[in-house]
Amino acid sequence: MNKTFTKIFAIFWKDMLTELRTKEIIVSVLVFALLVLVVFGFTFGAGLEITEMVAPGILWVALTFGGVIGLNRIFAVEKENSRLEGLMLCPVDRAVIYWGKLAGSFTFMLAVAFVITPIFLALFNLPVFLPRLALIIILATLGFAAVGTLFSALAVNTRARDIMLPVLFLPVVVPVIVSAVKATGPVLAGGPWGDMLTWLQILIAFDIIYLVAATLVFEFVVEE
Amino acid sequence: MNSNHTLRNSILWGLGFALMIAALYMVFVYVPTEKHTGVVQRIFYFHVPVAWVSFLAFFITFLASIFYLWKREIKWDAIACASVEVGVIFTTLVLITGPIWAKPVWGIWWTWDARLTTSLVLWLIYIAYLLVRSFATEPTRAARYSAVIGIVGFVDVPIVFITVNLWRTQHPTAIIFEGGLAPPMLMTLLVCIAAFTVLYILLVIQSAGLKTMEADIKRLRSMKAE
Repeated sequence: MNKTFTKIFAIFWKDMLTELRTKEIIVSVLVFALLVLVVFGFTFGAGLEITEMVAPGILWVALTFGGVIGLNRIFAVEKENSRLEGLMLCPVDRAVIYWGKLAGSFTFMLAVAFVITPIFLALFNLPVFLPRLALIIILATLGFAAVGTLFSALAVNTRARDIMLPVLFLPVVVPVIVSAVKATGPVLAGGPWGDMLTWLQILIAFDIIYLVAATLVFEFVVEE
Repeated sequence: MNSNHTLRNSILWGLGFALMIAALYMVFVYVPTEKHTGVVQRIFYFHVPVAWVSFLAFFITFLASIFYLWKREIKWDAIACASVEVGVIFTTLVLITGPIWAKPVWGIWWTWDARLTTSLVLWLIYIAYLLVRSFATEPTRAARYSAVIGIVGFVDVPIVFITVNLWRTQHPTAIIFEGGLAPPMLMTLLVCIAAFTVLYILLVIQSAGLKTMEADIKRLRSMKAE
């Protein structure tokens, strides 16, 4: 068990180091998500009642589309320098590669989410300190990362890789988006825990189902 | 199609033809007009069977995808792909006949309730399946990737349905299961379901057979070229 964790951590740390040096993924995702927020700010105007209704949707559209941009890069960097073949030569279970990349993409997306969310809350005049929101963000980002890492590995080997990932990813991830938006609503309005509970349950169920499914099926995507 | 199957295929063709004629007769002549919504309700007899058969199609794809990844025989990939093609066509029909029925009856073309949204997401997932096949760099990869999508996509469908169901609901409740359908209507519906299921089977057999033959020809050509 320890050996597996060491291998997963090795892959994860490789991605972290690359990212810390180039800051390639995080910067592009952050800027893009921010732009989405700004565009929504313009399109929806400044009416307060409207803001309350659409705010959760705006946040999750920004995080979803930013996430798609980031996920595209997760395996694109491997493909560019033939690093994928190098990774495949390692005597590791293919699922270990999945979990290593998953840890990386989850961390990046989470980092972006924790920067974007306070900015979003400030831009739309909502309370800024919301710990319950953190729980929703973590669960939803895990769902995005679980599905996205699998599809990123798949899409990167096709001819239209930039369009293939969103086309595959977005329909499958609809339950995560719906649950995240519905759970965020009561949190922003200061409602009780009970309101969000069903949605959190769906998020957790989705995460578990997809982590298991992707682990089982990942080897078929990367085999040569 | 080899000669072992000619009898089976002839029977299926005959059965399918007879069922479809019977279905058309029953829907347009035999069944009484529904008293609340009028003539447009007859779309129900096409809309519902086509929806159920499309779910069947994607379930078959799910099974065929698993078999392909396990056995790596072309025929499983052919069945999976043929089933998706027919399933996508049928889902498109569902998404077209639904709004046509909805507009006069509910007053709206579309709503984001559980069944409609799930149908739309289903359609998108399997369109992605077909896109991956055309954008893959070579046939074995196309088969492998689409098998993965056939499995992962199908797993998603119940989750989407449950999620959106919790979200909102406007689609009429399944009258069929509550025994609220008059006998002539139930009979018509059953005949239509049978007709469309046989149509599905015929289309998949033809399409999968063609794909398998194409793959064989390719293989023979490349063997000859060596």
